[in-house]
Parts: sequence; C-alpha cells; structure tokens
Amino acid sequence: MREYLLGNVAIARGVLEAGAGLAAGYPGTPSSEIIDTLSGIASRYDIHVEWSVNEKAALEVAIGGSWAGTRSVATMKHVGLNVAADPFMTLAYLGVDAGLVIVSADDPYCHSSQNEQDTRRYAQFASVPCLDPADPQEARDMTIYAFDLSERFSVPVLLRPTTRVSHARSDVETGEIPEGRRRGRGFRKDPARRVSLPVNARVLHRALIDKQRDIERELESAPWNRLMLRGDVGVIASGIAGLYAEEALANLGADLSLLRIGTYPAPSRMIEEIVKNTSKVMVVEELEPVVEEMVEIVARRCNPELEILGKGSGDIPRAGELDLITVRNAIARMLGMSVTVPEDIPSTEIVPPRPPSLCPGCGHRAAYYAMRKAFGKDAIYTNDIGCYTIGISMGTVDTCLCMGASITIGSGIRFGGDERPICCCIGDSTFLHAGMTGLLNAAYNKSRMTVAILDNSTTAMTGHQPHPGTGVTATGEDTVRISMEGIAKALGAGHVECVDPYNLEESVDAFTRARDFPGLSVVISRAPCRILLRRKGEGFRRYRVTDECVGCRQCVEFNCPAIEFDERASINQLCTGCGVCAQICPKGAIEVVK
Amino acid sequence: MRTSKCDIVIVGVGGQGVILISEIIGRAALRAGIPVRAAETHGMAQRGGSVINHTRLGCVYGPMVPEGGADILLALEPAEVLRYGRYLSRGGVALVNTKPVLPTTVTTGQFRYPDIEEILAPLRGVARVIAMNATEIAERAGNPQTTNIVMLGAMSRFMPIEEALILDALRDSVPGKYIDVNMRAFELGKAEVSG
Repeated sequence: MREYLLGNVAIARGVLEAGAGLAAGYPGTPSSEIIDTLSGIASRYDIHVEWSVNEKAALEVAIGGSWAGTRSVATMKHVGLNVAADPFMTLAYLGVDAGLVIVSADDPYCHSSQNEQDTRRYAQFASVPCLDPADPQEARDMTIYAFDLSERFSVPVLLRPTTRVSHARSDVETGEIPEGRRRGRGFRKDPARRVSLPVNARVLHRALIDKQRDIERELESAPWNRLMLRGDVGVIASGIAGLYAEEALANLGADLSLLRIGTYPAPSRMIEEIVKNTSKVMVVEELEPVVEEMVEIVARRCNPELEILGKGSGDIPRAGELDLITVRNAIARMLGMSVTVPEDIPSTEIVPPRPPSLCPGCGHRAAYYAMRKAFGKDAIYTNDIGCYTIGISMGTVDTCLCMGASITIGSGIRFGGDERPICCCIGDSTFLHAGMTGLLNAAYNKSRMTVAILDNSTTAMTGHQPHPGTGVTATGEDTVRISMEGIAKALGAGHVECVDPYNLEESVDAFTRARDFPGLSVVISRAPCRILLRRKGEGFRRYRVTDECVGCRQCVEFNCPAIEFDERASINQLCTGCGVCAQICPKGAIEVVK
Repeated sequence: MRTSKCDIVIVGVGGQGVILISEIIGRAALRAGIPVRAAETHGMAQRGGSVINHTRLGCVYGPMVPEGGADILLALEPAEVLRYGRYLSRGGVALVNTKPVLPTTVTTGQFRYPDIEEILAPLRGVARVIAMNATEIAERAGNPQTTNIVMLGAMSRFMPIEEALILDALRDSVPGKYIDVNMRAFELGKAEVSG
C-alpha cells in the first residue's frame, strides 16, 4: 500500500511490520513522533510502548526486552544517546537475543538542539552497525532490515535519521503488519554473554572485533549502497546528501561516477572500486567526515594520486545541514561550471525578527517575573533544556548545557567561590530525567542555593508527552503519580514549597523565602501548560486595558505576545487570561473582560 | 534539467496551520499518483516563531525547495513572505495573507512592523503577487481558523493537481463537523484568483 507518511511515522510503521513487541524512548526533537505514533496503537497490536524516564532507562528496557526474546526498539534524539552511552558502549559486547534497534535522530543545523553531534561516530566508537536513511521510504525499509541484521550478527543496530528525514513527508510503500503474539520466549540464562565481568568482556570484545568484517560484507550488498561508474570524476555521498548529489547531477546534466552510501561500516569494496577508477572525487556528507576519512585511507592504499575534495579541502561545510544549492555549487566548482547565486530580494532588512517566545499565559513567564523580582538582576540563573529556555529574554537564563545541568552547574558555581544568590531553573520532565541526581548531589554536598522546578505537568516542547509526574503512561493508562514535593524532600532539600505562579505576590514571597533560606531550597512553580489546557477544551478569561492606562510600559516588560504597545498598552486576541499583567499594572488599568 | 514538477514553499507563524496545507497537498498528490516530498518545522521554532514548510510535487529527491526555486510561495502572514522571499523563482507566484501577526519584537516596541506595500513591492519585481485578507475571508466563510484553507483554495489555481483530488484530501484531513466551513473557505479563496 502507498501512504503519505512523516519520516518518524514511517519508522514506527517499520517497527510494527518487523513484529517488534517493545518500544521505549524519551521525547526529543526530531525523534518524538515514533513513540507518539506507536503509543496510540499499542493495545491494537500487543506491543509494550513506554515513555521512559530518560534515554538510559529506555535503552536498558529495550535491552531487557531483546534478552527476553522480544524484538525491541529504543528511540531518542542524538544527545539522548549521550545519556544512554553507558549501556550502549558495552551492549555490543554482550549482544542481543531478539533484534534490537536504537533510533538516534541527528539534528544538523541545531533546529531544536544544543549541538550537532554525528551519531555515525558513536556507531564507530561502539562497533555497532549504523543505517543512514535518505528519506521516509528508506527509513521504513531500513527499520525492518535492522531487526534482521541485529539478529543475524547478535549486535544492536543504530538507525540514524536526521531532521530532514524524521520530519520529512513522502509517499511510502508499506507492507503487511503481522498479527498475533509479539512477545518472546523469555529470558535465557547465559552468563558468558549476559554478565560483563572482565573475564567475559575480554573474550566478547575480541569476538565483536572479529565479526566486524562479516557485518561489513553483509552491508556491502544492502540496497542502500549503490555504485555507478561513469568516467574518471566521481561523487561519493551518504544518507540524505546522496539525494542532494543525485539532484545536483541531474540539474547540471553532469554524468559523473556516483557512489551512494547508506550503511556503516561503510562499504569498503565499493569505495575501493570508485577510488581506483577515478582521478578526482568529491565526498558529500553532513557533519563529520566519516566517509571522507575512509576514502582517504583507501586511496592511500590503492590510488595515492586521487584528488579528494570535501570537508578537508573546504568544499563541503562540516557544520550545519547541507542543501541542494550548496552541493550543486560544490560539484559545479569541481567541474569548472558556473555556480548558482539566488537573487537578492531587496528590503528584507525591514522584516522584524520573530524568535520563538513563551506562549501567552505561559506559567514559566510568570515564574520568571516573580523570580527576578525576588532574586534581582545580579543573581545567577542556571537554566536547563525545555520550553523555558526561551525565557532568555526575561534575564533569567544565564546557562544552558544539557539535560539536568542547571542544578549541578549551580552547585559548582557556588563551590567555585561565587557568593551571589543562585537560582537553578528546571522543568518537571527534565527534573525527573536528569535533575534528581543533581538535587541529591547538591543536598549531600551542602550546596546553598535555590532550585526552581517549573512544573507545567507535561513534556511541552516535544509535543506534550506524559511523564511520572502526570500519573498517566504513554498509552494513556492511569499509573502512580509521583509528587515533586515528596521527591525534593526525599532527596534532602531543606526548604520545599509549591506555588501558583499566577498569584504574583505569593510567588514573589515564595522565591524570597527560598532565597533567604540558609541551605538548599526548592520552589515548585506549578501551572499546567496552556496549550494542553486549550486542547482539553478549557475556556480562558480575557483581559483588556482601560482608559486608566498611562503608558508606563511596566506590562510590556512582562514580554507577553498578547500585550501590544502604541503610546498605551492594549491586549490582543492571543490572551489566555493568566491575569499576571493585571497584577503588574500600577494603575489597575487591566481588567477582566466580562 | 528540472528535477521537480512544482516546488511550493509555505510560510507563516507557529500555530497558523502551515503543516495542514502541506498535508492536504501531499495526500492529493498521492491520489494523483505524483511522487511528493515535504519538509516541516517541529520543535522549538513552533513556539510562536517563524515556520517554513517545503512541498515538492513530482519530485523524487530531497524534501527542501532550493532558494530561488519556488514556483509558489504561500504566506499565511505578510512579514513572513518577505522573510522567505529569496525562495521565490523568477516568474513564480506569491500568495499572501495581508493580516499581520505581530511578533513580540514589535509588540514590545523594539522593531517596527512594515506597511503591506513596503512588504509586497520588492516581491513584485520577481514574481506575480496575489494578496488578500484571508483571515477576513475565513471569518466570512464561518471560522477564522480556516485562513489556511482560504489560501489553499487560492493556491489550487496554480497546482498541477486536479481540484477534485485536493477537495477529497481536504475532506480526509479535517474533522467531519468542520468539512462544510472548510469547503466554503476553499471556494472563497479560489474565487480571489482570476482563472
């Protein structure tokens, strides 16, 4: 059947068609829609689908699933694999039982990420095969193939889509989804291959190295590696760059030799073939020069005269994502053809910037406003990963590194000798993901600072996934609802209170008490995400500005998209009625629309 | 050599329904048996930021329209048409909703929002510009939420897909109780463009 599918939905489809019985992941753009899709149909197909607390948990759950004989998949964004790196690096030694696929979605250009790391390097690092789809069709096909490959060689297999694959849509040919039982025969005891004691690990590492050649042979014949020899100038392109290269060659009418690569370890015989038969090649790949380095190694051995163009020569950028024009112009330059420069449209400088902003009525904005009132502008605000990082324009985001780092970096700044007030801001999902250990560490080591848990009762940025604080599982079942207050106390915080950020006075008082507490304090600022409330059908009050407005701009400083200013303030239709601006206005000129 | 039959770029502000337009076109293309490739914006930029969608009809390559390559640039918000004007091909069509959504950089007084004519004039040198207050037209159709469908109706005049297939895809893409209002929005949008 032919369907119009999002890349991530195509991957979910592949998981279903492959007969997998367990899927676990942590949300992260651009990977989230895989579990989002599977969770909606989990009961229909007897598949266990979960949002895990973090990526390490997700991968380990998937490993257990595989060892119980059930085909399993773990999904995450590229930086999530860092969190799961501990199990990942040893997993290939121990191997799998039923097929185990790890989806790690890369984000060249940092569309929605803090870095541009290349998952293919992780694959090399861990001696794990990696499949690099160019489009949603390949993503679906490779997912199915990955389960077979995993079982044949008893290794986990990485699938590495990028943003332009995961969030691309195209017509995809799909197959049958098998009916019936998806769970395996159960765990089989086999200490030599399940217990990573040194005595076993030494043997298993050698075995893993030994099977690399066989894996490469197998991958060499996979349909995603294609070689066309047509003359002595060539292009070698991997993943989605292969599509850019093919289109560029068609645009230019250039008949060059072309090797497209879709699997790692890269197909060394095909590379040898094109290297031997050309005098000049351009290597086109996004991010790291993984293929380029291999081409250099092969050329040294079988064609030292070969001219290699790519990242090393400066023809292909190493940072950011590639596109058709970049690739077409690089190839055109290599061939001495004219390059395309898109026309300049005049006056684009008059377009006002439109950065992402916290939604009208967002509880994070209210919390930041109160926090800033209590802590002042000289305090240090360490921040974390989530919607709330967008609050950078409020002056309450001084650092952002990775999941959970707000609390630990805050501790470090204190112990590094800075005596100013410190307020660490972290969202509810991020706190449960990687903040709890930081809070425990801060309590144990007697860090004197405040942690603000900005609790909007969902994982908002990635599409409103549930987490243990919501009392609902990925598949919508009721479950234990953990208490943020309870956790904070249990981890050793000396002062814990919960506050409604829409009550400005109480919120400022709570942050002031926390600031003055001579130890580790926690403020839980709780207001459910407005987007979620709207989806649940909740109606909002609206506010308006009366004639009492004197144009003092204090409400404008609140930075809400619903407040406009032209000599006097006004409130537009975006207002969701949080009412904080009415509490800020010194003239009482903002009132509820009756 | 041309490598796509019709390249479309759809721009707007997060939450305006940019992705839905592309989904409908994609489903219609599927019905027509035309290969289609599209690229979407998810994640951080969706929070009130500027969003861009690429849709390529009759294309088997990458999902992104090259700059200077769009046969159609459809904007649900006027400032966004100029922000992404570089995607327009010479001789292409720009379809513009003239109803602004002010960014916080304007509401807080840091930047000025340009007049509609200032926005459209530079594009007129490159492409045919068709401007309409699609938000007002959508209200006339019965629901301002159908602004995106008004613009889809206008765009249907320029797409290499039969209208009946687009309407089938539209029916499949919106909840049953909203089909009628969406059909009206589509017709009103189409009527804005002289055949």
